[in-house]
Amino acid sequence: MTETTAPGAVSFCLRLLRRQLTLAIRRPVAVGNPLLFFAMVVALFPLGIGPAPETLAGFAPGILWIVALLSNLLSADGIFRSDFDDGSLEQLLLAPQPLYLSVLAYVAAHWLVTGVLLALVSPLFAAMLDLPVVAWPSLAAGLFLGSGVMSLVGGIGAALTVGLRRGGMLISLLILPFYMPVLIFGTATVQAALDGAPVQPFLALLGSMLCLSIALAPLAISAGLRISVDA
Amino acid sequence: MWTLFHKFGSPPWLYRLSGSILRWLLPISLLALAMGVGWGLLFTAPDFRQGNSYRIIYIHVPAAVVALAGYYVMAIAGGISLIWKMKMADVAMHAAAPVGAALTFIALLTGAVWGKPTWGTWWVWDARITSMLILLFLYLGVMALYEAFDNKAAAARACAILSLVGTVNIPIIYKSVDWWYSLHQPASIKFTGESTIDPSMLYPLLLSIIAFYALFTCCLLANMRAEILQRERRTGWVQRLASENH
Repeated sequence: MTETTAPGAVSFCLRLLRRQLTLAIRRPVAVGNPLLFFAMVVALFPLGIGPAPETLAGFAPGILWIVALLSNLLSADGIFRSDFDDGSLEQLLLAPQPLYLSVLAYVAAHWLVTGVLLALVSPLFAAMLDLPVVAWPSLAAGLFLGSGVMSLVGGIGAALTVGLRRGGMLISLLILPFYMPVLIFGTATVQAALDGAPVQPFLALLGSMLCLSIALAPLAISAGLRISVDA
Repeated sequence: MWTLFHKFGSPPWLYRLSGSILRWLLPISLLALAMGVGWGLLFTAPDFRQGNSYRIIYIHVPAAVVALAGYYVMAIAGGISLIWKMKMADVAMHAAAPVGAALTFIALLTGAVWGKPTWGTWWVWDARITSMLILLFLYLGVMALYEAFDNKAAAARACAILSLVGTVNIPIIYKSVDWWYSLHQPASIKFTGESTIDPSMLYPLLLSIIAFYALFTCCLLANMRAEILQRERRTGWVQRLASENH
C-alpha cells in the first residue's frame, strides 16, 4: 500500500472551496435561483405600494436590503444539506484538518455564489427602483460586506437544523433576529449616501461585524454540525 | 467545592434541594411582590408630569430587567451543559426559556400600555423596544429549536449553542438607549453616580425588582422540578416519591 500524506489545512480548505464552487457552477440554475427570486420580489413592490418613482426611491434601500436578506435566508438552508444527506459531512468531521477552516470554506462558497453575486448585480435592481446613482456604490459595498455576515450567521442556523426534516421554517425563526443589526446598518449606509453624509462609518461597522462573525461563527457552526450528525 | 458542583448533577439531590428552597422562597417572593407593587401602586406620590400613569413602572421595569438577566441564566446554563455535559444544566436552560419569554412579553405589553398615555402611541420602532422584541424572538427561537428535535440530548446541546450565540445581542439591548437617540428614556437607576429617580419612588421599585428576581427563581425551580420528574419518571426514586404521596 502506498503512503499518502493528508493535505495541509489551508490547501484542504482551498480544495473544499473549489469543490463547492464547481458543484455550484455545474448547476447554473441553482446559482441563478436567488437572483431570480430577488428580481421577482423586487417586482412585487411597485405592484404593492404603487409605481410612483419618488415613493419607490424612498423605500428602495429598505426593499433591496430586505430582499437580499430573504434570498440569503432561503439559500442558507442548503449550505450543508446535500453533504449531510450523502454522508460526506461525516467524513469531513472525521478529517484531521481543522473543522473551523473547512466550514469557513463552505460558508465562503455560499457567500460567493449568493451574496457577492447579488452585490454585483444590485445596481441593476437599484435602477429599477429609481434609487439615485450616488447610492449605488454604497449599496453594492454594503451588500458585499453584509452578505458575508448573513452567510456566516445563516451557516449557524443551517448547521443546527440540517438534521431536521422540517428545518425550513425553523431556520428563519432562529437566524432572522441576528440579521437585524446587519439590516439596520446596511440600510443606514444607503441612506447616508442619499443624504450626502459619509458612508465610511457604516461600512466600517459592517466590516467589524464581518470580522467578529468570521472569528466566532465557525466555532458555533462546527459545534452545530457535530450535534446534527450525532443526533 | 467540586463535590458540591457534582451534587448539582444529581437529579434526586437537586429535586429535594429545590423543594426546600421553594418552601421558603415562594412565600417570601410573593410577600415582597405584594409589598413592592402595593407600595408603588398605592402609597407613592404621583409623578408631577405623568400623574398616576407612571405607576406601571413597578411592573414594567422589573419585568424588563429580569427578562434580560434570564437570558444570561439560560445562556450560562447552556454553556455549563456544553462544557461539563451536565444534564441538570440542560434542565435549567430549558426551564428558563418560557419564563424569560413570558417576562419579555410582560415588559413589552406594559410598555405599550404605558406608552399610550405618555407618548400617545402603543408602539414605536425605537431602539429599546425593537431590541426587546428581538429578545422575545430569541427566547421563542430557543423554545422552537428544542421542540424540533426528537433526540432531547441533541436538542439541549443545539439550544445551548443558539443561546450562547444570542448573548451577542444582550449588551446591545442594554446599551441601546445610550447608543441611539430614542424615545425611550435612558436608565434612571445607576450603580455608580446619582440616580435620576426620587428615593421615595426608587425604594419600592428596587423592592419589586428583587421580588421579580425571586419570582423568576421560583418559576425556574418549579419548572425544573417538573422536568426532572418527567425525565426521571422510570427511576426508582421518582416511583417511590409517587407512592409515598398516595
